[in-house]
Amino acid sequence: MLNSPKMKWRSILSAVLTIALAGTLLAACTSGGNKNSNDAPTPVGNSPGTNTQSNDGGNGEPTGEPKEFRFTIGGEPSSLDPNLFTDSQSYIVGIGLYEGLFRLSADGTSQPALAESYEVSPDNTYTFKVRQGAKWTNGDPVTAHDFEYSWKRILAPETAADYAYMLYYLENAETYNAGEATADQVGVKALDDYTLEVKLQNPTPYFVDILAHQSYWPVNKNAVEGKPDWATDISTLVTNGPFRMTEWQHGGKIVLTKNPEYYNADKIHFDKVTILLVEDNSTVLNLYQTDKIDWIGAQAGAVPTDQVQQLIQSGEAVVQPVASTYYYLFNTTKKPFNNVKIRKALSMAINRQAIIDNVTKANQQPAYGLVPPSVKGADGKTFRELYPDNYFEENIEEAKRLLAEGLQEEGYSRFPETTLLYNTSDGHKAIAEAIVDQWRQALGIEVKLANMEFSTFLEVRSAQQFDIARSGWGADFNHAVNFVYDLLHSTSGNNDGRYKNMQVDDLINSALATSNDKEAIDKLAQAERIAIAEDMEVLPIYYYTTVMMVKPGFVNVASDFGGQLSWIYGDKQ
Amino acid sequence: MMQKGIYTRYIYPFEFFTIPKRVVMVPMIRFIVQKLVFMIVSLYVLVTATFVLMNAVPGSPLQREKATTPQIQANLEAHYGLDKPLIQQYGIYLKNLLKFDLGISMKKRFYSVNKIIADSFGYSLRLGIVSVITSVVAGCVLGIIAALHHRKFLDHLAMVLAVIGLAIPSMVMAPLLQYLLAVKIRLFSVAGLDSPLDYVLPTIALSSVSIAYIARLIRTTMTEVLHADFIRTAKAKGLPGHLIVWRHALRNSMLPVVTYLGYLIAGVITGSVVIEVIFAIPGMGKFFVQSVVDRDYPLIMGITVFYAVLLMVCRFLADIAYALVDPRLRNFKKKVA
Repeated sequence: MLNSPKMKWRSILSAVLTIALAGTLLAACTSGGNKNSNDAPTPVGNSPGTNTQSNDGGNGEPTGEPKEFRFTIGGEPSSLDPNLFTDSQSYIVGIGLYEGLFRLSADGTSQPALAESYEVSPDNTYTFKVRQGAKWTNGDPVTAHDFEYSWKRILAPETAADYAYMLYYLENAETYNAGEATADQVGVKALDDYTLEVKLQNPTPYFVDILAHQSYWPVNKNAVEGKPDWATDISTLVTNGPFRMTEWQHGGKIVLTKNPEYYNADKIHFDKVTILLVEDNSTVLNLYQTDKIDWIGAQAGAVPTDQVQQLIQSGEAVVQPVASTYYYLFNTTKKPFNNVKIRKALSMAINRQAIIDNVTKANQQPAYGLVPPSVKGADGKTFRELYPDNYFEENIEEAKRLLAEGLQEEGYSRFPETTLLYNTSDGHKAIAEAIVDQWRQALGIEVKLANMEFSTFLEVRSAQQFDIARSGWGADFNHAVNFVYDLLHSTSGNNDGRYKNMQVDDLINSALATSNDKEAIDKLAQAERIAIAEDMEVLPIYYYTTVMMVKPGFVNVASDFGGQLSWIYGDKQ
Repeated sequence: MMQKGIYTRYIYPFEFFTIPKRVVMVPMIRFIVQKLVFMIVSLYVLVTATFVLMNAVPGSPLQREKATTPQIQANLEAHYGLDKPLIQQYGIYLKNLLKFDLGISMKKRFYSVNKIIADSFGYSLRLGIVSVITSVVAGCVLGIIAALHHRKFLDHLAMVLAVIGLAIPSMVMAPLLQYLLAVKIRLFSVAGLDSPLDYVLPTIALSSVSIAYIARLIRTTMTEVLHADFIRTAKAKGLPGHLIVWRHALRNSMLPVVTYLGYLIAGVITGSVVIEVIFAIPGMGKFFVQSVVDRDYPLIMGITVFYAVLLMVCRFLADIAYALVDPRLRNFKKKVA
């Protein structure tokens, strides 16, 4: 029967169909992995490393074992275009790839990098001399023109950059960003290849601190112009920093190797840096314990919360303060939180140390102010050292008294129904429940809890549709103004509690106008004192810490003041 | 022997994959066209529904913890076309869809959705295929053992194993496997898909549910089939046990599994969020959750459309597969199960 022509044709057809079916599946299998990635493996089972398209052939490898540093970040960097990214992941990778006029050192000070020297004139003009000899990875020299191009690009309305406002210190920058001025009017100009003239709108004594921020890094015009996706792939990425990218497996891994043409190559000790993209904290810890990575902490991986105390006890993990504050925000436009006595009562009735010991458990510090301990002050001291946050004390009796008086003033016989809002997370939930319980025990009041997904939460909070809301604020750059202005000034977009006190506004305004940094910091401290000691605008809870683990032998890898991994000058011994 | 009734004749081994030309071809073409039209209509409804829901949810992709000035917000909205009226945005999206352009992600600047899917799908696909093959093989083995020893010890054992696989959620099984077999005993690596061994742990975690399900399906169907007359005939003729199962019983029990496979394949090759997060596999599973959290509209739409197309194609192939597997179902006038 199988010999008849009909049957033969049928069996051939069926065989062909089967193969076609299997073939499409397998073809999708291999092509899917290869399509736009330069280095994904083709057949199952090949290590991605062996199939990599390398940009940097092994040139002059030093004898002896190459020094490698491996860590993780929580996900793919949102962008490696310095004009565009805002997240820690991109920042930690970016500090290796790019170099600006200044660079943030691990102790939180802004150190000259590509700025060889600078002068300040009384009319708020900075003249920077750009170091000669620095090169981009495509061979172009790094010039002052690159800075002018980059800064104008981030301010251009078409770029739609989130961090454009970081450059509003420049003359006409804000109007240009609003589309009401031309690029030529912006206060940055390359006088020649290596001289950059910057005109500021107002005297800004801490301008040099801000210059280390990624929004002030240069980009290469030839690489960028006309190619909006230049930073999304290793083949089009052009950088000028101490490391260059040699492998990028989207969502999986980034590999950087030392840039031999970096002007300060002697200070760079790592030959290779491998950054794995891992979201889950337990997996990160497992990788560390199986010796696949060398570091956890400071936004480069995190220790799972339930393991923190145990690892601190065993000495494997250390804790360091970070420039972020955790606090609750009062909606001062809504009764009864327009009443200062009620706000003070709620703030004084909680036990911060108890929360730190029993809930957050990472050796945080109780907060009585807004500016965290690692933010710098003046004369080599931190802000908090100069101006201790002794704005108030926890005192239950006093709190009860204030609450009663406040309620009477507002005409309430009992504490009105109040909701505490936080964004959905186990951590925030635990803290909120603990605080509500503390209020119940100390003041006899019942506060409800509500949680929302993050984006929704932000919308609701910005629209003042809350009673009390959880909040956190981290430093963008190392200066107290980043906290005091952004959170306390009545016109600030981040002042979601709509706090308004003319005295505070005046102090902040005059701080922004002086050219003497020490004077400015003093005024900011006064503003903070009024806002908290007198007005209790927010309910500070704790200053963040970061928990870090590092394999023995690694030096100069640490958390910077803002809690992000500083690794450029690290070494393995 | 042709019978008047359906399902009372069994499949002869040589009929596997043979297609009687005249009976099947013409209705087959009409069948394909019908299905295609249906798929396109479903896709259109899906795209519209997703678009509406996406814009109805509060929150916007431009939401940031730090407030941006109104000017910057306006710039961002203009850049992404969010300042246009919804109908216009919808129209633009449909137009691009016809060109297979799924748009540019709002969260990851300048990455096109096509590129995001292309970069990540490969990993999910590879793991998914391994997982499907494992599920089918392991599930069949377990199911056959259970059916052959119906109501005896091995049957109960197989079913207990199956229930364990079903009951333990992947977010428990995955970290457990990782900890026991990758950290405590360094048998496998903790994360990634670099070497063939790396596939073992994620596959176990991913397949446990489907193995269980397929095992139960095979067991139920095969138990019935094993009681049929033709099996007794085969036994009487002296055919050894394993050949009875392989040549006769298994083929007649595969139909429910083929149905299930249609959904399983589409679901598994698009990646499981939990497995990919825990084993740090750069697949596309996480985008299903992440894109909604980020309110990344183009990515949400792109992922949904991609998954929908995949699912429809798999279902369609499953329907075709019925005809190939079971000649009794080649009468396409009757609606196929």
